[in-house]
Amino acid sequence: MINIEIDGKHIDVENGCSVIDAAHQLGIYIPHFCYHKKLSIAANCRMCLVQIEKAPKPLPACATPVAEGMKVFTASEQAVKAQKGVMEFLLINHPLDCPICDQGGECELQDLAVGYGGSASRYHEEKRVVLHKDIGPLVAAEEMSRCINCTRCVRFGIEIGGAMELGQAFRGEHAEIMAFVSDTVDSELSGNMIDLCPVGALTSKPFRYSARTWELSRRKSISPHDSLGSNLAVQVKNNRVMRVLPIENENVNECWLSDKDRFSYEGLNSAERLTKPMIKQGGKWLEVEWQVALEYVSNGLRQIAHETGAEYIGALATPHSTLEELYLLQKLVRGLGSQNVDFRLRQSDFSADSKQTGAPWLGMAVADINHVDRFLLVGSFLRKDHPLLASRVRQATKKGAQVNLIHATDDDLLMPIANKEIVPPAEMTTVLAQVLKALAAAKQATLDTSVQQVVQSVTPSAIAQAMADSLASGERVAVLLGNFAQQHPQASQLQLLAQHIATLCGAKFGFFGEAANSVGGYLAQAVPFAGAEHGMNASAMLTAQRKAYILLNAEVELDMQNPQQALAAMGAADMVVALSAYKHHAMEYADVLLPITPFTETSGTFISSEGRVQSFKGTVQPLGDARPAWKVLRVLGNMLNIPGFDYNNSEAVRDEVLGGTDVSAKLGNVLHGVSAQNATWNVTGLQRVSDVPIYATDAIVRRAASLQKTRDAATPRALIHSVELEKLNLQSGEMVKLTQGHGSVRLSIIADDSLPRGVVRVAAGHTITAELGAMFGTIRVERA
Amino acid sequence: MLSEQVRVKVDRELKKYPPDRKQSAVMAALRFVQDEKGWIDTGDMVDVAAYLGMSQMGVYEVATFYNMYNLKPMGRHTLTVCTNLSCQLVGAMETLDYIKNKLGIRVGEVTADGKFGLREGECQNVCDEAPLLMINNKKTCGHLTKEKIDQILAELDKE
Repeated sequence: MINIEIDGKHIDVENGCSVIDAAHQLGIYIPHFCYHKKLSIAANCRMCLVQIEKAPKPLPACATPVAEGMKVFTASEQAVKAQKGVMEFLLINHPLDCPICDQGGECELQDLAVGYGGSASRYHEEKRVVLHKDIGPLVAAEEMSRCINCTRCVRFGIEIGGAMELGQAFRGEHAEIMAFVSDTVDSELSGNMIDLCPVGALTSKPFRYSARTWELSRRKSISPHDSLGSNLAVQVKNNRVMRVLPIENENVNECWLSDKDRFSYEGLNSAERLTKPMIKQGGKWLEVEWQVALEYVSNGLRQIAHETGAEYIGALATPHSTLEELYLLQKLVRGLGSQNVDFRLRQSDFSADSKQTGAPWLGMAVADINHVDRFLLVGSFLRKDHPLLASRVRQATKKGAQVNLIHATDDDLLMPIANKEIVPPAEMTTVLAQVLKALAAAKQATLDTSVQQVVQSVTPSAIAQAMADSLASGERVAVLLGNFAQQHPQASQLQLLAQHIATLCGAKFGFFGEAANSVGGYLAQAVPFAGAEHGMNASAMLTAQRKAYILLNAEVELDMQNPQQALAAMGAADMVVALSAYKHHAMEYADVLLPITPFTETSGTFISSEGRVQSFKGTVQPLGDARPAWKVLRVLGNMLNIPGFDYNNSEAVRDEVLGGTDVSAKLGNVLHGVSAQNATWNVTGLQRVSDVPIYATDAIVRRAASLQKTRDAATPRALIHSVELEKLNLQSGEMVKLTQGHGSVRLSIIADDSLPRGVVRVAAGHTITAELGAMFGTIRVERA
Repeated sequence: MLSEQVRVKVDRELKKYPPDRKQSAVMAALRFVQDEKGWIDTGDMVDVAAYLGMSQMGVYEVATFYNMYNLKPMGRHTLTVCTNLSCQLVGAMETLDYIKNKLGIRVGEVTADGKFGLREGECQNVCDEAPLLMINNKKTCGHLTKEKIDQILAELDKE
């Protein structure tokens, strides 16, 4: 520890700490622009100049390491003179357009100019002009003359985002921030550059000119999208969500937000919002009062339960629903006498049900990812599925962590990958078995009987051996399964093998988790095996068609593993009740639409993949006649005379489910009573590999207009290895007909040699591919 | 795709740096491209970026920072006249004006026949030879007079 004195106050700080960090620890503010605690030091704005005893000139506090006995003066005459001088230079070229600048009122330059700027400028020459740029639909770079060249955005791209999409071209007076030629910034974290920009050069395109910061009230919320549970500041004006910003939480989202969390609010105000209960009568939709709609639903459900049996009722919810909604949904269904309730809509292998020690979760704290030194990632579109977790893995690789990847596609993770095995889905278990075998040999361990047979039949490849060596040499190892692995038809086999690998190397073992409430759904008992009797899972409810379906937030053709089957089941049902915030395809097959509210208009709870219970309040009033789903379900429960539906508020529901906020005892990834099998599934023809594109994951993002204009939301194309393309006698770029089951779609096909042979990559979750079948399985490709 | 000759030269350059620091060769690589075709277009920068495993913007930053890289065609012979202080004191501006008139172009332009391009440059560290110009960033010609300029241009014209 080093003892220094800042403005007469003493502090002990660690060696290597900078003067500005030490000052911040003391609560002393040193003005700055280019310094940011999460980014590397650039020391190019010079605003943080301070006086240091025995130094002949003022020194930049951000780039000056502390030394024993150092005496710093942040507000001495010399320091303030230097800071004022820097401010005068910064203002020389900065336009005086604060009244029309979107950053006005929340601008670091504006704030500091009040303290350090002169009341008039001594500069009378022409100011420099930097031309505006179009860098995509999210970040506006329309007024680059305002840029003070702090390079925070550039450093963010390189260090946090993983790609240098913006840079500082030219030099001196001509220096300007720009993207290469006319490229756009396509990072899934690009919105953070808006927060980082200390001036109004980079602003939010969707938010521009819609409100002033002082008109907005700021309310806390939790992201309903990915499993991280980012902390949001929802900013509201006139009962409308105008903008979303991060709330800093070092253990969750640090000070960042993914673009999905930041810009999805546009979907909240979509024209497709359902604002009135609706009933279909004689093929026509009628807007009705709540009472009428709810009576219709309760009578319908009661009738079906009575006439054909309650087991003919099934309920499907998305994992983006709140804990309270999921709990009341299953309570309602079970109260009716059915056990058919599930929220794992994209899962296809349910053989691990009730064989697991608890709810599948991350198996570690999110913050610990940064300290892992060996990763084994299985089946994950990591960057697109979990943008901020990917960033944490990236930070770990910067400290020397090795990433081993087993997956069916080779998307650029923008981080060094030590070993990777890119194989068709059917071969993923084999690769895991190979790694397990090599690891067992390295550790001289005897394997459990449940995996012995499978492991004996494989010979580790050189890559599997390298992965095993990498994992065996780690001190803090993590074995993590992604969304793809959870949706995989052999999910429990992958889980079992990965679990044994983790055991052998003493690793943390877990799942990234698909959505905001992937853990919460289990704890809410919204799974068919939670009761004494077991019901049907999401897939079984479609194969054995039910008479009535209750859909909570689900757009079945987009949210489910097999859209074709889902639509057929909905079409054949006597009654489909859709609880939804939007008018969607259910208009075709549903009988009742109940308008429920998205996360901003209800209170609720999400449980993130690390088991963090985060409750939130509504930030705006419900739109139109929409009501929070937990209230709708409460009323339905009462109308159906099911006991235990007398809750005063959503907190009461939460407390009944969880009985506290520590849920760690209910989490567990260990499988019992499952043994690894040799038989791979019968692979004939080309196999489909599906990702759910980042902006197609749930109902809100699908309607977020600006996100839908990004490159990540481009119309899906079929991707295939060029050798397979040649075999089919097709050209890259050609339109093809893709067929699964009885449905087919037309897409252009593109050669992609990073894919393994024998697969076609076609996105799921998109209306264009909703006619197709399951996310995995055989798919036929022919000339359109 | 970089030409075979450029790749051979870049490979030789890469031997000077650790394997995980390939980007250290970016300045040399850009120079080789310019030596070959006289200037560097953005397509070349994409190629250099791919060859060195760098981001395209990273290459662009370097190419635009140093003004000896030509970002547009600058003729077969690029004449760079130093206009820094020492040269100015002994008539660099007059030298520049003379060349401008002689070639009928302004700074940053190329003659219609594509033979000569004219640029302003920075100090060449041989102020004792001021005023001076450089030909294609390779050859320095000092102690310039009108006669000497005529002679240089005439010789280059013949090449």
